[in-house]
Amino acid sequence: MRYAGKKMISMLVTLLVVSFLVFLAFAVIPGDPAVAKLGIQATPERLAALREQMGLNRPFMERYITWVLDVCRGDFGISYSYGTPVSDIVLEKIPITLCLTGMSFLMMAALAIPLGIYTAKHEGGRPDRIILMVNQIFMAVPPFFAGILITYLFGLLFHWFQPGAFVSYEVSMGKFLHYLIFPSLAIAIPKAAMTVKLLRSALLEELKKDYVRTAYSKGNHKNAVLYRHVLKNAMIPVITFLAMTLTDIVAGSVIMEQVFSIPGLGRILITSISNRDYPVVEAIIILLAAIVVVVNLLSDLLCRGIDPRIGRSE
Amino acid sequence: MKQFRETKKNSIDRGNDERSVRKKRNYTFIKGCVITGIILTLTLIGFFYTPYDPEKMDASSKLAGISLTHIMGCDNFGRDIFSRVLKGCSTTLAVAGGTVFIGTFFGLLIGAFTGYFSGMIDEILMRIMDALFAFPSLLLALVFVSLLGSGKYQVIIALGIAFIPSFSRIVRSEYMRNRKLDYVKSARLAGASHLRIMFVHILPNIRRVLLASVMIGFNNAVLAEAGLTYLGIGVQPPDASLGEMLSSAQTYLFSAPWYALGTGFTIILMILGFSLMAEGLQQN
Repeated sequence: MRYAGKKMISMLVTLLVVSFLVFLAFAVIPGDPAVAKLGIQATPERLAALREQMGLNRPFMERYITWVLDVCRGDFGISYSYGTPVSDIVLEKIPITLCLTGMSFLMMAALAIPLGIYTAKHEGGRPDRIILMVNQIFMAVPPFFAGILITYLFGLLFHWFQPGAFVSYEVSMGKFLHYLIFPSLAIAIPKAAMTVKLLRSALLEELKKDYVRTAYSKGNHKNAVLYRHVLKNAMIPVITFLAMTLTDIVAGSVIMEQVFSIPGLGRILITSISNRDYPVVEAIIILLAAIVVVVNLLSDLLCRGIDPRIGRSE
Repeated sequence: MKQFRETKKNSIDRGNDERSVRKKRNYTFIKGCVITGIILTLTLIGFFYTPYDPEKMDASSKLAGISLTHIMGCDNFGRDIFSRVLKGCSTTLAVAGGTVFIGTFFGLLIGAFTGYFSGMIDEILMRIMDALFAFPSLLLALVFVSLLGSGKYQVIIALGIAFIPSFSRIVRSEYMRNRKLDYVKSARLAGASHLRIMFVHILPNIRRVLLASVMIGFNNAVLAEAGLTYLGIGVQPPDASLGEMLSSAQTYLFSAPWYALGTGFTIILMILGFSLMAEGLQQN
C-alpha cells in the first residue's frame, strides 16, 4: 500500500511538472494570442481589452495556478479558433481515440504473446528463424506506411473497407468498429513485432536460470515449467515494455488518424498546432500525458503485484 | 528432458566453439552494414548526380509506371521518383543525423554529470527527465514543432530536444554502474580529476552501449521525421523528403501504387540497416 501511495504521489508530481513545462512553453513563445484571435488588423484598444479579458496581463505564476485549478475542475478554457469551450471539443473526440488505442493494444497483445512464447519454446527451429526474420522487417515499417499498405491492400484491392469513409460511433457502433479494425491493425503489427522479440529474449533469459533446471529435475513437463514458472518471471520486463508501447500507441494514433482520416484527438491536435490554437493543444497534451502517466502507474503496480520484491529495497 | 539436454549442449558449444558463435553473431552486424552502406552510397551519389532533375516537371510522363527510363516511375507532376527519393534520403539522413547529434551531445553531458555525481541536482534533473521520458518522443516533438514552427532546422532542434531524455537516462545508468567499479577508484587514487575520469576513463568503456543507442536513436529520428513531415508539420517543400512524398503518394494510391511503395520501402531499408547494426552491436 505504501508503494502504491508513493507511486501515486510521483505520478501527480510528474503531471504537475508536465503541465508546468507545457504552460511555460506556450507562455514564452513569440506570438500574441490576442493578435491570433482578432487578426493583425485589430485596433490596439481592442487588443488591450481582449488581453485584459483573457487575463494575459497578469503575472505568469498567477496565470498558471488559475489554469491548473481550472483544469482540475475540467475547464480547459476557450478555443481561439472555434470559440467554444475546449472541453466540449475534446470530450467528443476522446472515445474515438481511446477505442482506436484499445483495439490496437488488444490486437498487438493477441498477436505478440502467442508468437513470443512459440518462438521461445522452439528456439532455433525453422519456424522460429522465419518468424524472427519477418519480425525484423516488420519492426522497420514506419506505422504510417503500414497504414498506407493496409489501405492499399484491404481497401483498394480487396474492398474490405472504404478508405476515408469513417462512421462516428454515434451513428453506427458496428460500422465504427469495423472501420477501426484496419487502422488498429496498422498500429498493432509493427509494435507486435517488437513485443515478440522482447518476449522471446526475456523467456530465453529466464530459461537459462537454475530454477528451471530444478523444475525439470523434479519431473515437471516442459509446458508446466514454461507456463507456471518461467512466464511469470519473464513477465516483468514485458509488462514494462507493454506499458511503454501503449503510450507509444497513444502517440502513434495521432499519425494513424491522419492516414485513415479519423476525426479523433490526433486530428484536432494537428489542426490546432497549425492554427496556433494553444488552449486546445495544451488540453490535448495534458490529457495524453495523463493517459501515459496512469498507464505507467498501472504497470508499476502490476509488476509489484507479480513480484513483491520490487520497490522493497528502496 | 529434451529441453534440459539442449541447454546443456548449448553451454558446451559456447565453451568450446567460441569462434563459430562469434561468426554467427557478426552476421547481423554485417547485414546491417551492407544495407546502410547501399543507402548511404545512393545518398552520396544523389548529391552529385541524379538521373533526372528532381524538381523538373514533365506533363507527358505524369504518374508514369516503372520502366527503364524511370526505374521507380513518376509522380503526379511527372517528376522522376527515383531522383526525388535520392534527394529525400539526404534530407532525412541530415535531419536524423542532426537530431542524434543534439540528443547524444546533451544527453551525454547531462547523463555523465548526473550519473557520476549523484545528488540533489541529479534528483531534480532526473525527475524532469522522467516526466519528459514518460512522453512518447513523437508527442514531445509535436509540442516543440508547434512552438518553433515547421521547417528542416526546426525539426532537427525539436527532435533533438525530444531525444535528450532517453539518451541521458541510458548514459546516466551506465555512469552509475561504472562509478563504483575498481578502475575508477584506482584512477581517482592515481590523482585523475573527475572530468578526466568521466570522459577519458569511463566514456571509452561505455562506447558500445552508446553506439547502439545512437543507432536506435537514429532509427527513431528517421521515423519521427518521416512522421512529422507526413503530418505536414515537418520538413517543408521545396526540400524533398520521404515523409512528404508518402503523404502525396497516398492520394494516388489507386492509380500509382508504385509511388507509395518505392518511397516506403526506401524508409524501411534505411531503418532496417540501422536496426540490424544496433542489434549486432548489442549481441557482441
